[in-house]
Amino acid sequence: MHSPARQNLMLLIIGLTFAFLYIPISVLIGLSFNEGGMPTAWTGFSFKWYGELFRNADILNAGLNTLIVAVCATTLATILGTLLAIGIEIRRRRGRALEALIFAPMIIPDIVLAIALLSFFSLLKVPMGLHTIIAAHVVFNLAFVCAVVRARLKSFDWSIVEASSDLGASAWTSYRRIVIPVLAPAIVAGALLAFTLSVDEFIIAFFTAGAGRGSTTLPMQIYAMIRFGVTPEINALATLVIGVSVTALALAQRLNKGALPGQ
Amino acid sequence: MTALLQVRNIVKTFGSLTAVDDVSLDIAENEFFALLGASGSGKTTLLRMLAGFETPNGGKILLDGRDISAMPPNKRPVNLMFQSYALFPHMTVRANIAYGLEMERLPKPQINARVDEILAVIELSAFAHRKPDQLSGGQKQRVALARALVKRPRVLLLDEPLGALDKKLRGAMQLELKRLQHEVGITFIVVTHDQEEALVMADRVAILKDGKLLQCGTPREVYEHPVNRFAADFIGVMNFFEGQTQPDGLRLADGTRVVSDQPMPMGAAVAAVRPERIRLCPGDNTITGTVRALAYHGLDLQLHVETAHAPKPVTVRLTADRPEAQTLKQGDAVTLGWAATDTRIFPA
Repeated sequence: MHSPARQNLMLLIIGLTFAFLYIPISVLIGLSFNEGGMPTAWTGFSFKWYGELFRNADILNAGLNTLIVAVCATTLATILGTLLAIGIEIRRRRGRALEALIFAPMIIPDIVLAIALLSFFSLLKVPMGLHTIIAAHVVFNLAFVCAVVRARLKSFDWSIVEASSDLGASAWTSYRRIVIPVLAPAIVAGALLAFTLSVDEFIIAFFTAGAGRGSTTLPMQIYAMIRFGVTPEINALATLVIGVSVTALALAQRLNKGALPGQ
Repeated sequence: MTALLQVRNIVKTFGSLTAVDDVSLDIAENEFFALLGASGSGKTTLLRMLAGFETPNGGKILLDGRDISAMPPNKRPVNLMFQSYALFPHMTVRANIAYGLEMERLPKPQINARVDEILAVIELSAFAHRKPDQLSGGQKQRVALARALVKRPRVLLLDEPLGALDKKLRGAMQLELKRLQHEVGITFIVVTHDQEEALVMADRVAILKDGKLLQCGTPREVYEHPVNRFAADFIGVMNFFEGQTQPDGLRLADGTRVVSDQPMPMGAAVAAVRPERIRLCPGDNTITGTVRALAYHGLDLQLHVETAHAPKPVTVRLTADRPEAQTLKQGDAVTLGWAATDTRIFPA
């Protein structure tokens, strides 16, 4: 169909696009392994900066905070988001919908959500810390989990729930043995997505963390460090965060391809 | 003897729509019963009330003399085979079938024995470890059937059990279902819109229309003695001739007289005769017409004959090996005759 020249041009454009997207990230990853630590010269491969990272108490503390926030926010958002998705679907089947309202946190700019949550917590005079970051992350994670589970529910055959009941199962047993397992790939995919979003979320965490240094998360820590210039440790740290995010996202995508468990 | 399942004056409304309107039925132990009706006739709603998925607005459902109208589906000794089969997609064939027995909290060895037994009956032992999406339509249908049957319900309800199968497989499965029902000795209630299917499989057929029970009887009764024009038209093929009743019979618009051994209703009425009762020679009732179309069906020959007596062509079925069937062709003028005893008269 296309002439070879045209095809080559297209390949070139694709190549440049990917280069534009990924060269900065590759440079960062490469530099994190640079013995000398200077961006100007490669002095040899080393895990030195990763070692430095694990001796830095601030970073370790921030890493732990991020993990606490991500795990708690993901767990809460997954449970609530799944229930919400099922609830909406049942209501929708009865002819009512409130979808737009649910997905607002996905669309509203982070900065707006951050200010809104900050004002809200201040108004209620809630002392701020990790718990407020968790609450804030649940707000937007919930919407993402709900969206992923809803997509799966669109093709959900509700007659299997009736079949379960017909065969003698209580409502609770039907949920435990039929609804949740059938939705499991979507629920896990939603959870992984939520986890990824939580791990590298900066603005909302920054606004809702309060004044204390005790509730600094990794992105906030990186931001604090970067004001004194990009250190090799930051490169190493960023590489680790990329690793976690990419793994979680890849898993989420794989699960959401429509494969059922055990296949 | 009281019936196994007694449906008493049952009513179900959805908003302003009456889906099931004062239906009463008695279904005996070991009976193969068909609920026959067009879509919207209320047959599926009635079935769902028997299964417990809908609560009647009025009337009672008695099983073994006990009122089960308010009993939830998971407590009823009644199982439903869903039209979509509703197999659990994340479970193997074996797990699907065992599910209902696990709900009864039977000991594991007993569950395994019963699952093995039913797998052998439906001839799917080799497929026990497959998931539903690795099965053909016919295999899924058998798994759905086995999953309901393995519970040994008092009554098995089947919602359009053969609806999703292709025509050839459907024919085979009709007989297979009947054989299986006989073998397991469980009362079957089948919902179907296919009148032929109902006649082939069922011991008795109930015809529903607009939520009301029109007629209930053996296939022969409903075919030979339909209670009204709708039932006559719904089951099989029927030729109708409209006219006015006179002391000596039914007068058609052109003055032709149609006689019947049945009592005549007053006023406007309609005479009905089955295609296979019409001969190509004069009878108690005789009309003439022109052959418009011939269709050869192997065993029989179907004619559409245009006449002055009915707006639609008259359908005639002849055994294909009869001598007069050999030479007939389109455009031939024919004489149609049938006996007074084969003529049914209904109020118009």
